Amino acid sequence: MSIQQISVFMENKAGQLAEVTGILAQNGIDLRALHIAETADYGVLRITATRPQDAVSILLEHGFILSMTEVLAVPVPDEPGGLAKVLDILAQAEIDIEYMYSMISRDDRMAYMIFRVGDIKNLEGILADHGIPTATDQQLGL
Amino acid sequence: MKQRYYQPEIECASREQILAWQNERLVKQVHHVWENVPYYRKKMEEKGLTPADIKGVEDLHKLPFLTKDDLRDAYPYGLLGMPLKDCVRIQSTSGTTGRRVVAFYTQKDIDLWEDCCARAIVAAGGTEQDVCHVCYGYGLFTGGPGLNGGSHKVGCLTLPMSSGNTDRQLQFMIDLEATILCCTPSYAAYLAESIHERGLRDKIKLKAGIFGAEAWSEEMRRDIEQKLGIKAYDIYGLTETSGPGVSFECSEQTGMHINEDHFIAEIIDPNTGEVLPEGSKGELVFTSITKEAFPLLRYRTRDICVLSRKPCSCGRTHIKMSKPMGRSDDMLIVKGVNVFPSQIETVLLEQGYPANYQIIVDRVNNSDTLEVMVEMTPENFSDSLAHITEMEKGLVSALKAMLGIYAKVKLVAPKSITRSEGKAVRVIDKRKI
Repeated sequence: MSIQQISVFMENKAGQLAEVTGILAQNGIDLRALHIAETADYGVLRITATRPQDAVSILLEHGFILSMTEVLAVPVPDEPGGLAKVLDILAQAEIDIEYMYSMISRDDRMAYMIFRVGDIKNLEGILADHGIPTATDQQLGL
Repeated sequence: MKQRYYQPEIECASREQILAWQNERLVKQVHHVWENVPYYRKKMEEKGLTPADIKGVEDLHKLPFLTKDDLRDAYPYGLLGMPLKDCVRIQSTSGTTGRRVVAFYTQKDIDLWEDCCARAIVAAGGTEQDVCHVCYGYGLFTGGPGLNGGSHKVGCLTLPMSSGNTDRQLQFMIDLEATILCCTPSYAAYLAESIHERGLRDKIKLKAGIFGAEAWSEEMRRDIEQKLGIKAYDIYGLTETSGPGVSFECSEQTGMHINEDHFIAEIIDPNTGEVLPEGSKGELVFTSITKEAFPLLRYRTRDICVLSRKPCSCGRTHIKMSKPMGRSDDMLIVKGVNVFPSQIETVLLEQGYPANYQIIVDRVNNSDTLEVMVEMTPENFSDSLAHITEMEKGLVSALKAMLGIYAKVKLVAPKSITRSEGKAVRVIDKRKI
């Protein structure tokens, strides 16, 4: 099952990131994953957080520009070769990864990777065929 | 230093003689315009004027002004003073169709324009023994063609280098022993820097430079002069009147002599249009009294400067103008190119960006830079960095197409562009000129 990621436009200047995390902290929202894609002048902050709808409303109120994106959280055994195995499945299926990043995990046997691909449903099906279930909001405590 | 002139009988003519030429040519030009340019004739009629009302320079103030807006309204042929069969060339400024200036020339117009440029080259010490390296742009821009023609008239060996490709510029400059350099002051400073860095100072034979088409300071002049071991001369002009050579500096370097046998200069109050007494600071207005194809009367340049008839040690008697001290409109000159904030606004709106922007002009390593800050909008935002970068590239190329020069685009957070008293500050010019 896909989860909602929040993507926020960030001008590349001091204090921007602190502002976002500060606002979320004040509202009791917990960040579970964070990733920044950047150019010299700006970046896109990608987060998954608890109470995503609240996070969105609060950030919009503060004038941030953002969008919601569907991503997959894939559990990966926290051991050598764990990720390689998953990526090999994607490679075999010729799936292009737009981007991916890791999630903070509270389970010491499993790591979670966030995947953004063109066709979420397709990837979900392929992973399921290989016995890899994608994580749900509840599992991740979102 | 022994003074030399290209046309001494004109350049050193008595004031009476210059005035006599101006009176005669103005009267003739007003008739020419009345008969051949209906656009201007209508303007005169609206003021109840006929050519009979203009008996000499003292009546010039009665004539209506022409502005860049008129050039836009009359584009392309509305201000043409000769049949197209007699015209042999156009030159143009960059910009949108709306702002673009297309000026026409007969062969005689080109001859007289080149004479003006030749005067500037001789005033800078040029002779037929010289090698004149022209790296103003060639093409629609007047810089290259003007100085190229002037250099031919003087009899210099002319290197029509055009702009860009610094390595090739330096190679020709050294191999062919160029003695006079013609380009924008910022490019001269850039070349000077490159020569300095590569340790080529001993290999160059330059003695003078003629630099114009953009504002430059006395500090910049000294810097270029010192780095290249030359004397640097200013030159002024605009496409509307011909191109470079409307006025030029002599050895005294205290202002530019206006070629008064071709142009009558006035200084007006930009707000009221009233002619100001000599020595006042105001907007420069030119009347072309010899141009056939594009005979503009009382054209408002929007350049703010001061005129002076103080006798000059060089022996030339033509009036001198100061370097332009600013503009009476919002036009910016960046890398010698005219840029209007409204052009940038047009592009932003066309590309789906908000008209909330800021233009930052700066000078880095003696070269102008132009940056446009634009606020990100929810519509333009995407999770994909590639998508945003693509949009940004699209905006950069649309700006390049409109302005003719590269402008860096900076996407900024919403509401981060400062507004003062509700009105945005559109232009920040950090250049210290």
